[in-house]
Amino acid sequence: MSHSRDSYLSAALGIAWRSLHNVFSNPALLIPALVFPLFFLAAFAGGLSAVSEVPNFDYPAGYTTFIFGFVLLQASALGGVFTGFSIAADFQFGMGRRMLLATRRRTSILLGYALTAAVRVLLTWTVVTVVALLGGMAIGGDPAEIAGLYLLSLTVNVAALLFAAGIALRLRTLQAGPLMQFPIFMLLFMSPVYVPQALLTGWVSHAAAINPMTLILNTNRELLAGEPAEIAATYGVALGLMALLAVWAVTGMRRAEAAG
Amino acid sequence: MSAASVALAGTPLPTQVRSLAGRAVVRTLRQPAMIVPSLVFPLFLLAVNSAGLDAATEIPGFPTDSYLTFVLAFPFVQGALFATMNTGQALAEDIENGFFNRLALTPMRGSALIAGQLGGLVVIGLIQATVYLGVGLAAGAELAAGPLGVPVLFALSILISIGFGGIGMFMAIRTGSGETVQGTFPLLFVVLFFSSISLPLDLLQQDWFRAIATANPVSYLIEGIRSLLIDGWDLGALALAFGIALALIAISITIASLSLRNRMVRT
Repeated sequence: MSHSRDSYLSAALGIAWRSLHNVFSNPALLIPALVFPLFFLAAFAGGLSAVSEVPNFDYPAGYTTFIFGFVLLQASALGGVFTGFSIAADFQFGMGRRMLLATRRRTSILLGYALTAAVRVLLTWTVVTVVALLGGMAIGGDPAEIAGLYLLSLTVNVAALLFAAGIALRLRTLQAGPLMQFPIFMLLFMSPVYVPQALLTGWVSHAAAINPMTLILNTNRELLAGEPAEIAATYGVALGLMALLAVWAVTGMRRAEAAG
Repeated sequence: MSAASVALAGTPLPTQVRSLAGRAVVRTLRQPAMIVPSLVFPLFLLAVNSAGLDAATEIPGFPTDSYLTFVLAFPFVQGALFATMNTGQALAEDIENGFFNRLALTPMRGSALIAGQLGGLVVIGLIQATVYLGVGLAAGAELAAGPLGVPVLFALSILISIGFGGIGMFMAIRTGSGETVQGTFPLLFVVLFFSSISLPLDLLQQDWFRAIATANPVSYLIEGIRSLLIDGWDLGALALAFGIALALIAISITIASLSLRNRMVRT
């Protein structure tokens, strides 16, 4: 039993090590995941700060913090998607087949990629958080709230990875990249990106009301500002998404296995 | 020699241009993957930003009460950035798959190649401008300049596309790599976002951002388009926008031509 668990973890760690080595030795893979969140932070916090003067814009921690809540969510989600690209490449060029032959339990492959995504996003969080703090971000939350914020972001990262993995494993080609990226991008932007939810108008206000990202984004911002947040509901939604998408990814793995 | 190369041999310049422009248009229209994103992605961002930032119209001093009208300039300029990619990508593919080398063996002039590519770009630019304006007006945006503003808006939009298309051609000729051309897209996106695209220059509060946006020529291209939508006929804004678009064309086509001459020599 213990031997089986050791070999499961050993396979996951081996896959994670290989993927991380690929990422950290290739700037073309590493840099976009770092640059995109920084770009959005600078463009939105710098270019839209006057939006905080809109009547009823009620967020005491300031606009940079407000936007940081979105950028953290986006960095976490896109970090998972970028690892999905690695899965697609591995299965397109034959490495995936070797992994399937070498592991007894296929979920260890997914665990390996999830560890990769987590390490990658940890680096992105560090860079984005430092830049935001240097740029004047105010944090009102206590250490427990900030820990809760990053833990929530980790669940988003894993959920996005599982979503992307399900597509990558079914299509097994890098050309599936837009299919992994675009739905996440749409979900992110159909939430209260620029203004609080109460100030949204038109179709986006209706879309945001049923978009699970809205609850996560609102909670991100409340935790950052140290305001009361719907923590239990948000974690419930995030973990529920993760469970659903785990099924999607595992069935994708079975498809990849069946395809040979 | 390919059929296109044979057709070009010994033909006058206008015929060469027509032949290459026709090829550029047909090639683009036959690849939905090239044209659909350049239509859909700007419209998606238009839809999201116009609803998500509608509250910005309540900022004191905001020039209109419709954020949709304000931000309708966005797809026109973003579409021009896609033109950079499409033109550059198409030319880079010609270089990568050897078509360019075969053309170089014919009496085709370098100017025909550039003019032909740009001819194709004008057609795509017209389609984009029609779709963006049509969707914008249908969604409730205003065109303060009235019907006479449409040809002016289209002309400015196409000039901007040609200017950015020239940059795409330069990059393609210089590097000969479609991957490199694609890799510059995020950089162009930065140029777009660090401008007055989301708020007017005078409402940008962060000094560093306002300094970048003020120095960024894209801000004035956007304001030229925006003036037709919001103000009507602001001749100063239009003159500045047309002037910058023409300067962009002059610079980008010149460097593309010089690079082409070098590549023809290498070939």
